[in-house]
Amino acid sequence: MRVPGAAYLIVSAILFTTGAVGVLVRRNVLVMFMCIELMLNAVNLSFVTLGRMMHALDGQVAVFFVLVVAAAEVVVGLAIIVAIFRRRASADADQINLLKW
Amino acid sequence: MQIDYAAVAPELVLTGALCIVLVVDLVLPDNRKGLIMPVSLLGVAGTLLALLALAGDPTRTTLGGMFVVDSFAVTLKILFCVAALLTLAMSYDYLRKEGIHQGEFYFLLLCSLLGMLTIASSRDLLPIFVSLELVSVPAFVLAGLQKIDVKSNEAALKFFLFSILSTAVMLFGMSLIYGITGTTNLAEIAVRLAATPVLRSIAVLSVFFVVVGFGFKISAFPFQWWVPDTYEGSPVPVAAFLSVASKTAGFVGLLQIMFIAFHGLADVWRPFIAAVAILTMTFGNLVALTQRHIVRLLAYSSIGQAGYILLPLAVVNVNGGSVNHEAFAASIAYLLIYAFMEMGAFSVAVAYGREGGYFIDDYAGLGYRAPGLAVVMTVFLFSLAGIPPLAGWAAKLFIFRAVIDGHEYWLAVAMAVNTVIALFYYAKVVRRMFFEPAGDGPLGVKVPLLLQATIAVSTVMVLLVGILPDLAAHLARMSTLV
Repeated sequence: MRVPGAAYLIVSAILFTTGAVGVLVRRNVLVMFMCIELMLNAVNLSFVTLGRMMHALDGQVAVFFVLVVAAAEVVVGLAIIVAIFRRRASADADQINLLKW
Repeated sequence: MQIDYAAVAPELVLTGALCIVLVVDLVLPDNRKGLIMPVSLLGVAGTLLALLALAGDPTRTTLGGMFVVDSFAVTLKILFCVAALLTLAMSYDYLRKEGIHQGEFYFLLLCSLLGMLTIASSRDLLPIFVSLELVSVPAFVLAGLQKIDVKSNEAALKFFLFSILSTAVMLFGMSLIYGITGTTNLAEIAVRLAATPVLRSIAVLSVFFVVVGFGFKISAFPFQWWVPDTYEGSPVPVAAFLSVASKTAGFVGLLQIMFIAFHGLADVWRPFIAAVAILTMTFGNLVALTQRHIVRLLAYSSIGQAGYILLPLAVVNVNGGSVNHEAFAASIAYLLIYAFMEMGAFSVAVAYGREGGYFIDDYAGLGYRAPGLAVVMTVFLFSLAGIPPLAGWAAKLFIFRAVIDGHEYWLAVAMAVNTVIALFYYAKVVRRMFFEPAGDGPLGVKVPLLLQATIAVSTVMVLLVGILPDLAAHLARMSTLV
C-alpha cells in the first residue's frame, strides 16, 4: 500500500504541535527538553517527506544537518541540566526563579 | 566541486587557531593557563589579517553557491573579529579574579566566533541554520561557565531552552519553504516564490515561523524574556559578547533572509515587523526605567536597541530600489556603531564591578571617586541614548532617515518618543555618578591594562564616528546586499 506524502506531513504537523504544547504545559525541565526534541524530529520528518515528494536528495541532506546539531545540543543541554540539578536537586522550571524582571 | 580556498581562508585560520588553543590548554600546567589568552588573541588577529586581505576583492562564490564572500560578508566578519578581540581583552583579568577556567572560555569564544564568520557568508538556509547553532551552542556553555554559581546555571538553562525552542520553530519554517520552492538557496527561493503565487498562504506562514526563530536570537518582543536573566547570570564579558556579537549574528541572518529570499512577500510581513519593532523598543525602554542592576539595565537597553535596528525592515519595498538600499545600510550602520558603544559600557561595568559592585546605587558619586571611569561611562551611555555629537546619535539619524524615506512617518514618531524615554534611564545613571554624594564605595578604581585598552578603543570609535558619521554611512552603503 502506498501512503500519500500528505499523510506524513500531517503526522509531522501533529508531532510539532504536540511538542510545542508540551513545552508550554509541562514544568519539568527534562520533559520540556524532550518536547523540543520532538519538535526537531517533526522537522526531520517533514524534510524527508518533502524531499521524497520532489524526488530530490536535499531534504535528506538537511536531516543529517539537523540530527548532528540536535545531538550536539543534547550534550550541552544535559550537561547544563545536570549542573543545575547538582546545586538544587530539582528539575522543576518553576523553582528556577532566582533571576527575574 | 572546486573549493575557492582564498574565500574560506579566514575561517580556516580561525579553525586552526582554535585547535591550537585546545591543545595548548591541554599541555599547560594549571598556573600558566593565562598564556592561552595571547594565543587566542593571535588567532583572531590572524583571522582579521586574512579578512583584510579579502577586502576590496570582487565577489567570490564557492561551495555550490552556499558560501559567498562579498563586501557585506567582509565588513560584518571584521566587525565580529573586532568584537571578539575586545571581549578577549575584557575577560582576561575578570576570569583570573573570578577563578573561571580560562582554556575552555577562550576555546568556546573562538568556536562561537567561527559560527559568526560563516553566517555572514551563508546564502542558503542550511548553512545559516548550522552557523546560527555554532554561534549559540558554545554560548550556552559560556553563560554557564561559573559552574558553582546557581545564577550562572540558571542563565545557561534559560538561554538554552529558549534558543533551541526558537531553532525548532525556525527549522519548521525552513522545511515548509523547502517544500514550496524545492530549494534552500536564498536567491532561488526568491525567484520561485514569485513564480508560485498559489501557495502564498503557506509561504506567509513559513516566513512567520522563520521570523519567530530569529526573534529569539535578536531578542525581539515577545521573545526577549531570556535576555536580562541570561545577561545578569552569565560572567559579565560573556554578557557583553552575547549582546554585541551574538545579536549581530542573528541580525545578519535575518537581514539576508528577509532582503534576499522574502522581499517579494514584503507587503505581508512589513506591518508585522513594524509592530514587533515598536513593541520591542517600547518594552525594552519602559522596563529599563525600573532596573537597579547595571547589567540588567544594559540588557533591557539592548532590547530597546534591537527595536531600532529592526525598524528599517518595516519600510522594505516589494519592487526593490533605493528605499531598500537605504534601509539595509541603516541597519548595518547601526550594528557597526552599536557594537562599540555597548562593548564600552560593558567594559566599564566590568572595570568597576569587581571592587564597586553591579548595582546602579553603587555608582553614586563615581564622578568624585574615579572621574576617568565616570566620564567614559557617560560617553557610552549618552551615545546609547543618541545624544550628539556621539556615535549613537549618527546611528539613530540613519535609521530615522531610512524610515522617513520609506514614508512611514508614524514609525519615525514612535522611534523619537522611545529615544526620549530611553534618555531617562541613561541620564539616571549619569546623575548618580556626578550629582550624588560619594557613597562608601572604593576611592580610585584600578583598571587593568587590557581593560583600559578595550575602553580606550571603544571611546575613540564612539567619538570618531560621532564627529565623522560619514565613515560609518559610507561603509554601510558599501556593504549592502540590495
